[in-house]
Amino acid sequence: MNHSTLKRFAIGLLAWVIAFIIFFPIFWMVLTGFKTEVDAVSDPSLIFTPTLDSYAEVQQRADYFKFAWNSVIVSFGSTILALLIAIPSAYSMAFMPTKRTKGTLLWMLSTKMLPPVGVLVPIYLLFRDTGLLDTRTGLVIVYTLMNLPIVVWMLYTFFKDLPRDILEAGRMDGASTLQEVLYLLMPLTLPGIASTGLLSVILSWNEAFWSLNLTTSQAAPLTAYIASFSSPEGLFWAKLSAASTMAIAPILVFGWLTQKQMVRGLTFGAVK
Amino acid sequence: MKLSYALPLAGMVAFSCFAAAAETVTVATVNNNDMVIMQRLSDAFEKSHPDIDLEWVVLEENVLRQRLTTDIATHGGQFDVMTIGTYEAPIWAQRGWLTPIADLPADYKPDDLLKPVIDGLSYKDQPYALPFYAESSMMYYRKDLFDKAGIEMTDQPTWDEVHDWAAKLNDPDHGVAGICLRGKPGWGENMAFVTTLVNTYGGRWFDMDWKPEIDSRAWHEAINFYVDLLKNYGPAGASSNGFNENLALFSRGNCAMWVDATSAAGKLYNPKESKVADKLGFAPAPVAATPKGSHWLWSWALAIPSSSDAKDAAGEFITWATSQDYIKMVGEKEGWTSVPPGTRESTYANEKYQEAAPFADFVLDAIRDADPTDSTLKPSPYTGVQYAGIPEFQAIGTQVGQMIAAALTGQMSVDQALGSAQRATQRTMERAGYIK
Repeated sequence: MNHSTLKRFAIGLLAWVIAFIIFFPIFWMVLTGFKTEVDAVSDPSLIFTPTLDSYAEVQQRADYFKFAWNSVIVSFGSTILALLIAIPSAYSMAFMPTKRTKGTLLWMLSTKMLPPVGVLVPIYLLFRDTGLLDTRTGLVIVYTLMNLPIVVWMLYTFFKDLPRDILEAGRMDGASTLQEVLYLLMPLTLPGIASTGLLSVILSWNEAFWSLNLTTSQAAPLTAYIASFSSPEGLFWAKLSAASTMAIAPILVFGWLTQKQMVRGLTFGAVK
Repeated sequence: MKLSYALPLAGMVAFSCFAAAAETVTVATVNNNDMVIMQRLSDAFEKSHPDIDLEWVVLEENVLRQRLTTDIATHGGQFDVMTIGTYEAPIWAQRGWLTPIADLPADYKPDDLLKPVIDGLSYKDQPYALPFYAESSMMYYRKDLFDKAGIEMTDQPTWDEVHDWAAKLNDPDHGVAGICLRGKPGWGENMAFVTTLVNTYGGRWFDMDWKPEIDSRAWHEAINFYVDLLKNYGPAGASSNGFNENLALFSRGNCAMWVDATSAAGKLYNPKESKVADKLGFAPAPVAATPKGSHWLWSWALAIPSSSDAKDAAGEFITWATSQDYIKMVGEKEGWTSVPPGTRESTYANEKYQEAAPFADFVLDAIRDADPTDSTLKPSPYTGVQYAGIPEFQAIGTQVGQMIAAALTGQMSVDQALGSAQRATQRTMERAGYIK
């Protein structure tokens, strides 16, 4: 075996090991969902009699589909809204920067550094007075604001990699700003926009702090559904694992179906 | 319009009017077995009250506490029924956040409620919540291991005896720890147990001028004893064990003794959940210098926030869920060991319950005997056995709990931990205005 083959083998092995470490908790969660509560807390074992009891009990206690539908609405709704705001913002920052653009971008990012609990009470009061508590609209607004800095940053990076000459050529042919964005910028950076959107969907899907605090029963998404199966008293790991498996299943399938776009988007502009 | 269209349409309109007339009651509750049973059986309530719809928000205890506090402190009005504990009830009542419980129907039989429990949910003799279930603490032990070692359990064990027994029974080679106790930091975790230990060693959280007494001799004796006991005869990683972890350890046969909530008795006695169901012994919580405050009192209760807009319907629900009839229904449908314990005299007078739950008398005695208004040897200005009933206690208890857990893991000595805890608590009390 020559040196380069050995190196490739070592890198491949390392990648498998890392992938296994990342995947193992998910694998264990799925497995635990099929165990009884007693098996779930007994010494870890791969050999057990699988049962669907936990799934049955989880479904009996709460209507999964209601929570899942709320998750779909708020994740996709907030992502669409965030993209609608972020695309024009990133466009102007990437192609018509001012001396404050960098500062604005950094300021936007700095809002992510504040622990959310710091603004819980003001936002709760605002939502109470505007009737947005326990509404999907309220969650869409919060998630949009939460993800906007990341979405703008990612789009800004993708847009900056696009040669300015292409847009200028469009302008020379008489394209308006809207046409420039719609017919040149967006199609050419579609993988980047798609991967930004996917990331935003995933972040919204998994968000737990705001969904637990701003919803009760009508707008509660899957994160609130999972939270209801954790308990300080009694055995709950199998039920919690079953609920978690059901909660991540849609986004896992969605991520699997769109992984090509995701990888393409994330490596977009990496090699020029 | 054709009649074939008009009739279903009229039906739909009529139905929607009917549906709109039903009042929605949003119930926030903790996720534990008793509450899950209540949710499951609530169909019976909705059938007997067709004008009331129940919506459920079930959350883990800490998440629920934070969620409810946010809502009630801001008068958010998101909940009509809240599950709260004996710690919150008087504090929230004092702030006017809860609706007083008045005009209970005669068939509710309020006199049947256990006095210490309903007293714990009252402020100025006025109840602000109805108890759903209540618990104290007691000792569980393995009868087979005691017999094998030739140890005889006493009517009222002392902590010195427990220390000797733990030394004899500790058998790490066979996976049995001499004793399991709470070590996970938190005001409702290790500090619930530690406070009862300090109480029985003659200590208290504050003197009558609200000055902390954490660096007192009683605290030093109690914490040195606790750390020594768990380090030498406790299970590995004791500092991360809370109620659940110890329940799992004891039910798998990994502990010879365990002092914790009486609510574990039903689970340990259930052969489906416990490998030691047939070897289980019960005893009162051990004592040291004084029996006062040696076992705690806690109840989960249902209260109506003053911000609720469905107070009458919520009242209907909480009287149903805490009634004698409800307890009977649980016994008949779910089995008598599953009935919510510790709230009513009539539960303990019930032969079926006595037969199914041999631990019943221990629990009843422990609850009757616990006095949140007089739980320390020297007088104290606060109520509560395993906590001090002031709003600042959650933060204080958790911080001190972290320091005691650090002493348990050996990160700092007991002296250092108690010194730091004293200073931190003193600071908090000064800032909160208790100490001028």
